[in-house]
Amino acid sequence: MALTDPTPEGRFGDFGGRFIPETLVPACQQLEHAFREAWADRAFRNELDDLLRDYAGRPSPLTECRRLSAELGVRLLLKREDLNHTGSHKINNVLGQALLAKRMRKTRLVAETGAGQHGVATATAAALLGMDCAVYMGEVDMHRQELNVFRMRLLGSEVRSAVTGSRTLKDAINEAMRDWVATVESTHYCLGSVMGPHPYPWMVRTLHEVLGREAREQCAALLAKDGGDGVPDVVTACVGGGSNAIGIFSGFADTRAELVGVEPAGGAAVGRGVPGVVHGSKSYLLQDEWGQVQEAQSISAGLDYPGVGPEHSYLSAIGRARYEAVDDREVIDAFALLSRTEGIIPALEPAHALAWIVRDRASLAGKTVLLNLSGRGDKDVAQMMDLLG
Amino acid sequence: MTGALETALRGGRGAGRKLLVPYVTGGLDGAWLDVVRAVADAGADAVEIGIPFSDPVMDGPVIQLASERALERAATPSSIFTSLREGDIGVPLAVMTYYNICFHMGHERFADSLREAGVAAAILPDLPLEEVGPWAEVADRVGIETVMLAAPTAPDDRLPRVCERARGFVYAVGLLGVTGERDELASSATVIASRLKAVTGKPVLVGVGISTPRQAVEACEVADGVVVGSALVRRLLDGEGPTGAAKLVESFRSALDAG
Ligand SMILES: Cc1ncc(COP(=O)(O)O)c(C=O)c1O
Repeated sequence: MALTDPTPEGRFGDFGGRFIPETLVPACQQLEHAFREAWADRAFRNELDDLLRDYAGRPSPLTECRRLSAELGVRLLLKREDLNHTGSHKINNVLGQALLAKRMRKTRLVAETGAGQHGVATATAAALLGMDCAVYMGEVDMHRQELNVFRMRLLGSEVRSAVTGSRTLKDAINEAMRDWVATVESTHYCLGSVMGPHPYPWMVRTLHEVLGREAREQCAALLAKDGGDGVPDVVTACVGGGSNAIGIFSGFADTRAELVGVEPAGGAAVGRGVPGVVHGSKSYLLQDEWGQVQEAQSISAGLDYPGVGPEHSYLSAIGRARYEAVDDREVIDAFALLSRTEGIIPALEPAHALAWIVRDRASLAGKTVLLNLSGRGDKDVAQMMDLLG
Repeated sequence: MTGALETALRGGRGAGRKLLVPYVTGGLDGAWLDVVRAVADAGADAVEIGIPFSDPVMDGPVIQLASERALERAATPSSIFTSLREGDIGVPLAVMTYYNICFHMGHERFADSLREAGVAAAILPDLPLEEVGPWAEVADRVGIETVMLAAPTAPDDRLPRVCERARGFVYAVGLLGVTGERDELASSATVIASRLKAVTGKPVLVGVGISTPRQAVEACEVADGVVVGSALVRRLLDGEGPTGAAKLVESFRSALDAG
């Protein structure tokens, strides 16, 4: 086992837990029970594996960046989650949760979304499995990710705007939780990252381990040709809630690879936060002197979140992973750089991880770095067109 | 040891009264403390004071808006405690806030601050039975009563454990949903109240969705009392002030007394 499992109370060290309204406690207990049972059931696993292969397009390839590697002096490998159906890693988690919801006889899904990728993935799964679906999205994000709003509606989902607070991901989660408190009997809350109350951080990680497992094998095959141990020196990914990062970390946690999560400077929960409790778990959190949650500030709607999944807080606290922060300017440059040198337009979220590599290329010189390219940039092209002209 | 809140509520119940606990968002406007006094004088058995939090997931639009307004006016836990300490309210007080406010301040400091402010009890709706232990131990030691919520979704075997841990009263969540006014009393309100009455001698108050005196009377056919939140806060947001608040609470009081 690469990463450790949480305690029965859902703790990773001091972090995690189940800090939720009493109304939802039985639902989380049932969900945990149902997931454990399903995960042990061969038929369920086969059904999910079939969907991941035949519908989502797994396995996703590993791409070696030749021109960019030469330019940076770093051997750069990309795990291509951008090539999945719906354009990001989010589909791995969503297909698993939607199948589980059906198995639990829930008829409706509710989800939050920031960039819209998790919302699109959830709307897609709902269409595929014939379920009702409502997606909450901050009003600010509905404007900057207009295309994804239209996609979700096209897929038959209702998109509801969150108009309180910062009107971004944090507030969308509040609204999704309020919906779930009222509809818990018929509805499954399809949470989009490794956060929230137990069992979500652990369950969502488990559903993303597929990408880490694939990457481990792909790296072994590729790097074995050089006679080494088949493991990259550094594994990096962007961190909002932290699901794509935990997925790729899971494949390498028991190796010598250095694990580096990259947060936006305006939402660096691990980097600048202190332990706090919001949205169901204890983790590093940006907050003021009284414990009011602060608003994050990032160009990337998917990372515009003041908290982080509890397992990342734990990995940071025990020193197994470290967390860096990059600013919007560096991200825009990285977005353009990958497009120009490799013909791959990344989503703004994974462009954060690339921005860190670019900045730290001197210390990374000669190393092999695996970057989880968690999504493609189609959703961000309009926003970048306004910025870059 | 029975605390001031539970003692007062048991006393009211013993005298044959139905219990009435209005909710007021602390720091909402310049008159909020006058509102607390006015509702106490108008027949409240205790008053619940909301300490605003940035992310109130158990609250509907009315209390969300009130929390936002209070935060915009720079209300802090400490400014609210200071006001309450000087408030000289004639009935026991309970604060209702979210756990991060308490966690961030530290359990000891939060409990001490409540005691110094003359607050009897705390209600933390995102701190369920499984997580309440570390806070509740400190609260018990300092003499702060921790009110526990019980929801319609709880299986039978959970309710006695929730009641066992509850101090002050047991807060029966009247419906599946967040705070806010509803046209009708949810049938779940009396169901959860009677399930709780069957397993505890502590006062059982129904909250969430109690919007009119008629609904309060209906809930009190089973429950010992009610908590009234959004119906009151909406009037405060509309600018009705202490007078309007007193009028509303009087209407609940007289309906409950008439039975
Ligand atoms: C492409 C992409 N990567 C990453 C994220 C951030 O989520 P997480 O940190 O859970 O991977 C998002 C969220 O919207 C996303 O769309």
